Amino acid sequence: MASGRDDFVIAIRSAFLKKKDKQKFSLLTLIFLSIFVIILSNFNFKIIKIIKSSINEVIYRSSFLISIPENYLKNLKQNFNLHMGLYESYNETKTELEDLKQKQLLVNFLRIENEKLRSLIDENIKSNEIFAKVLIDKESPYLKSIVLNKGSRENVKIGMAIIDGVYLVGQVIEVNYTNSRALLLSDLNSKIPSVLEPNDIQAVISGTGDDFGIIEHTQNEYEKKLDEGDVIAYTSGLGGLFKPGIPIGKISKEKNGKISFFSDFTQLNYVKITSYKIGGEK
Amino acid sequence: MSSLNKSRFLQIFLSYLPLLILFFSVFNEFDFNYLKLDYFSFNFVHLIIFFWTLRNPDHLGYLPIFFAGIINDVIIGIPIGISSLCYLLICAVTGYIRNITLSPNFIKDWISLLFTILLINSIQVIILDLIFLIQVEYMDYLINSGFTFLFYPIFFHNFQFFKRTNFKKIK
Repeated sequence: MASGRDDFVIAIRSAFLKKKDKQKFSLLTLIFLSIFVIILSNFNFKIIKIIKSSINEVIYRSSFLISIPENYLKNLKQNFNLHMGLYESYNETKTELEDLKQKQLLVNFLRIENEKLRSLIDENIKSNEIFAKVLIDKESPYLKSIVLNKGSRENVKIGMAIIDGVYLVGQVIEVNYTNSRALLLSDLNSKIPSVLEPNDIQAVISGTGDDFGIIEHTQNEYEKKLDEGDVIAYTSGLGGLFKPGIPIGKISKEKNGKISFFSDFTQLNYVKITSYKIGGEK
Repeated sequence: MSSLNKSRFLQIFLSYLPLLILFFSVFNEFDFNYLKLDYFSFNFVHLIIFFWTLRNPDHLGYLPIFFAGIINDVIIGIPIGISSLCYLLICAVTGYIRNITLSPNFIKDWISLLFTILLINSIQVIILDLIFLIQVEYMDYLINSGFTFLFYPIFFHNFQFFKRTNFKKIK
């Protein structure tokens, strides 16, 4: 019995402390180092921030370079598929364009009217846009995020909105000197104050870790109203980070209240990093 | 002379290949850990580390594994050090198995892998969810662990084949 316990202790000690010829550090030292790094990364001291930011800079850039061949192949496949579906896509686009031209006339009128009304109540929205390239879009089961090639050098700040065309795709959560990381709407930790139109229901749209979102913190009877037709989710502007009215996604009857995001997060190449100044802010 | 140099270069390259695959896996955007398929993913890095540190520890040092963990954390955006700790814990288990096993056996390795990945994924979930308050999907972890376990025989045979065909020549 005692011998069995001795064997166990020897095996454990040997696994943690013994160094092979090529090993410079014992396993135990490196495990302690990892724990030390985890604890250290929790502190917000300036020197730690600088070191963390430098590590991020180097690794993001290296990952971008190493992923070039893979991204090239991905783009090649995508272009091939686009080419094969060109005729069908052309006919669809033609019909859509006719429809949109008609709607545009109405939209122009409403936009002018909206600007007039906003100026009457002294509410103006100014936005500052920075165009950024997506360096890494490696999603993981743990975090849905993208790395962008603009950072604090270009005045990117935590909380700024990430826009793809006119659609909201996420917000900045980490800023380094030349790059930044944005959390996508699909992430479990993403919570966006929104308004569901045309019913004017306030809600919070939360990511699920999948390619759809869900509605949280809203009226109990909102599901009955969904039966009336498709519902569009826009940002509500509450919290002051985003302006009101940025389209997020569509809730259709068939999908049991799930939100299909307008933007395809797997196809993001270039996005806008945007900040808003609402009302009398300076 | 030239062919001798060439073969020497090839030998060195092959001896570093597990390390290169490890770093390529953590750096590259393509990840078996997230294949954008519903209910399917497996952790290729865990399999590489488990196999090579168990069956051929000379080809995968602890320090590179520690750095691979740091890189993985930065790329996927979780607090730095968590993956390193998990990868090193795999090394600890494989080190222990190596010390207590007289005759290595595939089935024993396979069962040990199940214990190892359940242990390290639990540690990772505890650190992320309870300490850093980052919400994680438990089902994804469970599916990932399951497929990592199921895929081990395939990679085991591939790695064994690679080891037999290449490392024999080196020795």
